[in-house]
Amino acid sequence: MTNIKTPPGRSKPPTGQTPQTRGDRTPPGRSTVKIKPGSFRARAIEGLSNPYRRRTVAGVQDHFANLRREVFTELGNPEEWRARAAQIRTHTIANLDAYLEQFTDNVTRHGGHVHFAADAADANAYITRLAREKRARTIVKSKSMVTEEIGLNHALEHAGAEVIETDLGEFILQLDHDKPSHIVGPALHKSKAEIAEIFSRHAGHPIAVDTDELAAYARKYLRDKFFAADMGITGCNFGVAESGSVVIVSNEGNARMTSSLPKVHVVVMGMERLVPSFADLDILLTLLPKVASGQRTISYVTAIHGPKQAPDLDGPEELHIVIVDNGRSNMLGTEYQQALNCIRCGNCSNVCPVYRHAGGHAYGGVYNGPIGAIITPLMEGIEKWKDLPYASSLCGACTDACPVKIPLHEYLVALRRDISEAGIDSWGERMAAHLFGWGASHPGAFSMGQSILKTGLTATKVGPLGGWKSEREFPSSAGQTFREWWHKEGEREGERER
Amino acid sequence: MGNLQTDESRASSRATGRATSATSKPLRAALFVTCLADSFYPDVGKSVVGVLRALGVEVTFPEGQTCCGQVTFNSGYWADTKAAAKRFIEVFEHEEYVVMPSGSCASMVREQYPQLLDGEPGWADRALSTAARVYEFSEFLVKVVGLEKIHATYHGTATYHTSCHMTRQLQVVDEPLAVLSRVNGLQLVPLRNNQDCCGFGGTFSVKLPEVSAAMADEKLQHMAETKADFVIASDLGCMMHLTGRAARQTHAGATPSSSVTPSSSLTPSASSAPLPMKHVAQVLAEGGLV
Repeated sequence: MTNIKTPPGRSKPPTGQTPQTRGDRTPPGRSTVKIKPGSFRARAIEGLSNPYRRRTVAGVQDHFANLRREVFTELGNPEEWRARAAQIRTHTIANLDAYLEQFTDNVTRHGGHVHFAADAADANAYITRLAREKRARTIVKSKSMVTEEIGLNHALEHAGAEVIETDLGEFILQLDHDKPSHIVGPALHKSKAEIAEIFSRHAGHPIAVDTDELAAYARKYLRDKFFAADMGITGCNFGVAESGSVVIVSNEGNARMTSSLPKVHVVVMGMERLVPSFADLDILLTLLPKVASGQRTISYVTAIHGPKQAPDLDGPEELHIVIVDNGRSNMLGTEYQQALNCIRCGNCSNVCPVYRHAGGHAYGGVYNGPIGAIITPLMEGIEKWKDLPYASSLCGACTDACPVKIPLHEYLVALRRDISEAGIDSWGERMAAHLFGWGASHPGAFSMGQSILKTGLTATKVGPLGGWKSEREFPSSAGQTFREWWHKEGEREGERER
Repeated sequence: MGNLQTDESRASSRATGRATSATSKPLRAALFVTCLADSFYPDVGKSVVGVLRALGVEVTFPEGQTCCGQVTFNSGYWADTKAAAKRFIEVFEHEEYVVMPSGSCASMVREQYPQLLDGEPGWADRALSTAARVYEFSEFLVKVVGLEKIHATYHGTATYHTSCHMTRQLQVVDEPLAVLSRVNGLQLVPLRNNQDCCGFGGTFSVKLPEVSAAMADEKLQHMAETKADFVIASDLGCMMHLTGRAARQTHAGATPSSSVTPSSSLTPSASSAPLPMKHVAQVLAEGGLV
């Protein structure tokens, strides 16, 4: 994240304070381990201490799982759909240069402008310069993870523009200076009461804790902004190479207003967002809402082919597409290339038990859940984000849930391997692993080690097993081991039988 | 437990032939007991031995065995893991069948060894060949011994804990349930969100203990909701984690952990007493298999 300054207007600073982990009610055995501030563990503990968020996230996960089961049953053969979707994405990424060229040619042919941005600074510079040129004072935005990633709002605000998020979830977060906790449902962690409080503060008068009233307030406020806006900024769910189309999906219709009302439309897209054709798009659009939120289909699918053309009555006069690399090409040509298959559905978070309990903010970066634990270190540097690959029990639920078959949990293990091979792991753990490797090839030493583990290490609260003892008891270590039993009785019993 | 098989039952198992028939040689399986069974759950190892013998399988215990190396593999120490993998291969590569009471260890050998030793001269083929000999306990009973040979009686209501590596990597899903369906008197009740990880995850449990414990708390809550008498599992890592967590809850009263504010729907209520847990092999052994 070297070139992304934390936008003060949009994001809370990374959790620096470690919540109190020991208190008056310290249960027996709780360890005295210090928890590193700013680590996944520290942020996860903060997430665990929010009962509302934990209940909500768990409820949403369970609700989506039920809906998903239903819509997948209707699909008939979900595994074939997944296989086809994975094939399309893998093929596209393998030929990304050719498809980017085709896409760009077609966009240009329709009168759109394309800018390739190597990094966040490049993308922000292009868009702020454009905003200045167009004297854009009011800018509306629809939901876009890549603009979160590059810190675009901050750059535009710094340049003097007013930026308004028009996705309801993003709008709530913007007013509260919070950041998304889920790729698809950014404000998943906010309760209705919290939202009412945020809106009341913004309105300067009380607004009832009532869904209709809250939605009405946002709609009224945003409607005026749509009409006043000089520039609209959207993300891009898919770029269709064969036609140069930008495809945006939304449930609120705000993406369509953002892309059609202002005179200038800026699309910010990750460079991997392409599909070759509309036939391929069909497969991915069929799967996306089903995996993202258990929806059969999505409310609005908008396909944009260039700015307003001769017979069109409305639409923007200018269309600019900013294609962002910002660390994505780090993955190209490596074993992690398939991570670029991601269609940002958020389903890995929807099924992740770690996400369920720790919450999206625990991941620290813009992208959360298992995919965030992979692409954040790969895009922004593994040294800075080296605790993320360990934020998983490796249960594999994410890998099973991914509609484009990214081997997520295998990537997490491979990243751990990279960390140990780069020598940025902890010394103690490395020594323990070396000791294990030696012991595993020396059976005598190994069984002695087992005995030490059984009787010695399990008895103390400190040392490598402190984390075990802080939350759990060890099983009784009394009595003989299996090996001892085998030597004394087990083996002979078998001989007697024969 | 202890009393695995009566002499009478052993005699009857031999008499009925089981896996042994007059024309074929008796089945012979090498037991890989796993670190956890060796140190903490020797009864599980003994049950596996007892059940297999009762089914006419000759059990050996190769002395040189150590550990499958999953802990170091999953922690990213692949070079150190290779030492364990090579040891395992040397010890077990000539066995016809290698049986282990753990879906997780079995998936390590079967799914990860070939990847770990891929391209290593002299080892890649041996890794593949050894992997093909490995069976998780219930899988061995279904695929090799034959389900129809299993007869046991155990009166009680239980719920089954699905373990992640066994389900998603090893893809052994139905076998333990098929084995348990052969136990007369045993009623299995469904477990809510059974696909969710219990939070063990090897070193995950010590690196992120608070999240790990929160996952255990929810799992224990769902287990308590089943009103079953006990829980049956196929992996001792899950068992050690869940029973250890349940014991701590009992120890610390209704406060599961002071590091987190309990959320009522996600943490066990004070009234939920921890359920005993048993490995599939223990159910069969205690159910007097044969």
